[in-house]
Amino acid sequence: MTRKIYDGPEAALEGLLFDGMTIMSGGFGLSGNPESLIPEVRRSGVKNLTVISNNAGADGFGLWMLLETRQIKKMIASYVGENKLFEQQYLSGELELELNPQGTLAERIRAGGAGIPAFYTRTGVGTVVAEGKPVEEFEGQLYVRETWLRADLAIVKAWKADTAGNLVYRRTARNFNPNMATAGKVTVAEVEEIVPVGSLDPEAIHTPGIYVDRIIKSTINEKKIEKLTERKRETA
Amino acid sequence: MAWTREQVAARAAKELQDGFYVNLGIGIPTLVANYIPEGVDVTLQSENGLLGIGPFPYEGEADPDLINAGKQTITILPSSSFFSSADSFAMIRGGHIDLTILGAMEVAANGDIANWTIPGKMVKGMGGAMDLVAGVKKVIVVMDHANKAGESKVLERCSLPLTGAGVVDLIITDLCVMSCDKTKGGLTLIELAPDVTLDAVKAKTAAPLAIAPSLAKAA
Repeated sequence: MTRKIYDGPEAALEGLLFDGMTIMSGGFGLSGNPESLIPEVRRSGVKNLTVISNNAGADGFGLWMLLETRQIKKMIASYVGENKLFEQQYLSGELELELNPQGTLAERIRAGGAGIPAFYTRTGVGTVVAEGKPVEEFEGQLYVRETWLRADLAIVKAWKADTAGNLVYRRTARNFNPNMATAGKVTVAEVEEIVPVGSLDPEAIHTPGIYVDRIIKSTINEKKIEKLTERKRETA
Repeated sequence: MAWTREQVAARAAKELQDGFYVNLGIGIPTLVANYIPEGVDVTLQSENGLLGIGPFPYEGEADPDLINAGKQTITILPSSSFFSSADSFAMIRGGHIDLTILGAMEVAANGDIANWTIPGKMVKGMGGAMDLVAGVKKVIVVMDHANKAGESKVLERCSLPLTGAGVVDLIITDLCVMSCDKTKGGLTLIELAPDVTLDAVKAKTAAPLAIAPSLAKAA
């Protein structure tokens, strides 16, 4: 049961990367990012990538690393603010951008993993998001047709994995990771801890092992906080 | 005196009802959480995958795996639950959230809202805003009545690309509160900030404005 466990990022991505491929990358902001796998994609030099991720990293971190090396040709995301490099590459025409409403992005990925080629949603009706897409009325309301998203490779971050590939995420670092894990032709997970089978409660598995092809223990686990917000402890 | 940001948030908090599930946007909407009325129990949803947002953490106790949709560190409550992004938006799109409070760049008399892009100037993205206005039962906008150039942000029709068409129920600005009939269209002024006159609001509103009977008497 240990054939899914790989030695490190290089071994885990070996044979999976090619120019022009589509990669899904988990995370919301810098929370729950595959921090060890992204630098390996960068090191490989693979080019003309289409990257599907809610955001495009932040200065120096996450997918920003692939923007800096101009490996990304097209980004499919819901929010790319607070990222000067992204803005600069987009406004100069170097980078294609397809903005999706966040829920539509999540559902397109879920649909991809679930084998559903299209679905209808109210989100975006009457906006530029619906332009060029079929709109249909159901029970008196208009809905726009959105299509699935799938990827050649999904890279995700989890908290724990067992050797069968079952994954557990931690708190809000879950976000897009379990959805993306289902929608990659190949899914590589990096985790903070690899445990023997039997260690995780089967009732509490977030991603069943069938979706996970390769696993590594994170080599980078910086978990940068973007907006540290705290309150003072009341003194007695 | 026009309302301050804090006062706008406090006024918006009066719209919260006991038992509501609520999603608050970034900026002034986030402040609404500080003014939840006594005896009103609301559950705050964060679209990155949390139901039941707790207060900000004490110094030194922030957890990088626990953030809100504005990427601020937060805490959880005994009643909290975590879920994936797809589950989170099923909750939103499926009509299970009672109320969302959002900021805006423009709002129109027909209930349209624009808050995600200025073509050629600002590339950020809509994040979860389009899903929220399309799926949540009640949509409240909080914003300044006019922009920095003094131009009305309350318009007959939006000029910026829309976030949602015919979705806004209530608009709370620094000057007043307006209800919006999102099916038939049309704004009604229902409350003025202290010492703000009806004429001042009319002068700063670029859309037809009906006056609620209670205010018409005062004017």
